[in-house]
Amino acid sequence: MSRLGSYFIFLGTLFRNREKLRVYLGLILNECTSIGVGSIFIVALVNTFIGAVTCVQTAYNLTNPFVPKNIIALIVRDSSILELAPTLSCIVLAGKVGSNIASELGTMRITEQIDALEVMGINSSSYLVLPKVIASVFMFPLLVIMAGFLSILGGYLAGTLAGVISPEEYVSGLRVDYKPFGVVFALIKTVVFAFLISTISAYRGYNVQGGALEVGAASTAAVTNSCVAIVAADFILTQLLLT
Amino acid sequence: MIEIKNIAKTFGDRQVLAGIDGSFKPGDTSLIIGGSGTGKSVLLKCMIGLIKPDSGEVLYDGRDFLTTDLNEQKTIRREMGVLFQGSALFDSKTVLENVRFPLDMLTEQPESEKIERAQECLRRVGLENAGDRMPSEISGGMKKRVGIARAIVLNPKYLFCDEPNSGLDPLTSIKIDQLISEITDEYQITTVVITHDMNSMLEIGEKIMFLYEGNKLWEGTSATLTHSGVNELNEFINANKLIREMEK
Repeated sequence: MSRLGSYFIFLGTLFRNREKLRVYLGLILNECTSIGVGSIFIVALVNTFIGAVTCVQTAYNLTNPFVPKNIIALIVRDSSILELAPTLSCIVLAGKVGSNIASELGTMRITEQIDALEVMGINSSSYLVLPKVIASVFMFPLLVIMAGFLSILGGYLAGTLAGVISPEEYVSGLRVDYKPFGVVFALIKTVVFAFLISTISAYRGYNVQGGALEVGAASTAAVTNSCVAIVAADFILTQLLLT
Repeated sequence: MIEIKNIAKTFGDRQVLAGIDGSFKPGDTSLIIGGSGTGKSVLLKCMIGLIKPDSGEVLYDGRDFLTTDLNEQKTIRREMGVLFQGSALFDSKTVLENVRFPLDMLTEQPESEKIERAQECLRRVGLENAGDRMPSEISGGMKKRVGIARAIVLNPKYLFCDEPNSGLDPLTSIKIDQLISEITDEYQITTVVITHDMNSMLEIGEKIMFLYEGNKLWEGTSATLTHSGVNELNEFINANKLIREMEK
């Protein structure tokens, strides 16, 4: 509980006694490049294959001849939009971005770079962490939109190339019973996940004490804590928004 | 002038500082010496506000740093320059960007003036040609000099150096010491150096404070260091073979 309290106090320091806005603009752009552009490949790769696997596995389990084949595409679409693209992408991003944030801040802490900012009278947590949080909240949804599209595309390619569904059946399945709120729901989840990943990882890294061993431990803790927070938030948001 | 009054700090049940008093004058290079774990770095961190002491006062020209409001604290911080033990240069910035960082963050000077001032400071520490290099590409001694350049870029009234010679060879150590001493004299800065380097004590110790197990046991100058009459201090300085032979 004390750690939770300390996390909320840490969040408070991000928004108090901030530096001038112009200072943050350049930093946010740099973080957008590092967090967003730097994650495109891994998110694209994972989601394309996940979509492909979902399609093939659904087809494999769909043995009833009375169920139309285009239902495979509907399942791929809904799984991708509602769960796979936002949640799985964010778990991948917790590993990539979260560990990067924690180790970067942890190293800055143990090499006294954060102390150097503090003695200059700069709010180090706001200066270092706020741009990462803003960049994550802005870039993760863009990555998830791409992830959802590629997951559905991966399903299409795997399904049609493996011969389990025709292109026409797949496209018609994508159009069946489509609810646009699914996309809104996915983006809401992603924004929450982005905030959790960036702040939890930053909290872990910023508060490192010790040496290289502790930086490694903080990086691991950042990823595991972020994953736990993601699945818990996923359940709560699903309960709140979809029931 | 910096005055510290009755600074005490305890971590858990271990008392690290047991009520330290002292004063440091402008234009003097004052040294705080003592063995490892005697509380030197904790005292420095209490003075620059990185650790809050349990009790005591830190006065910068009469302004109590610990109890003053946030704005005044910021003003005092901007009058400080700090050279950290590991130099604490920002890895992602070049040498020149490191030096001009305080100017970028804390002043509204035009771009050209910032660059000129940063280059002037790099020239002062003899690194005018290293501005484009990254911290990972320069030696330990150069990092210390960049750290000094960054510490003086805002014309500080108070300069703090935490073990400026750690990890450096004796010749480079003396150069760094001399640089700190010259800058202190030139700009009439109040300089406080944490060290356990004997060369520094003899070379630049205009005023020396000896800490032992969290207490101030002795205060004096490099001239009186070797005949202080304090056993703990004698033991500390006699650990150095050179001093033992000098005394003989």
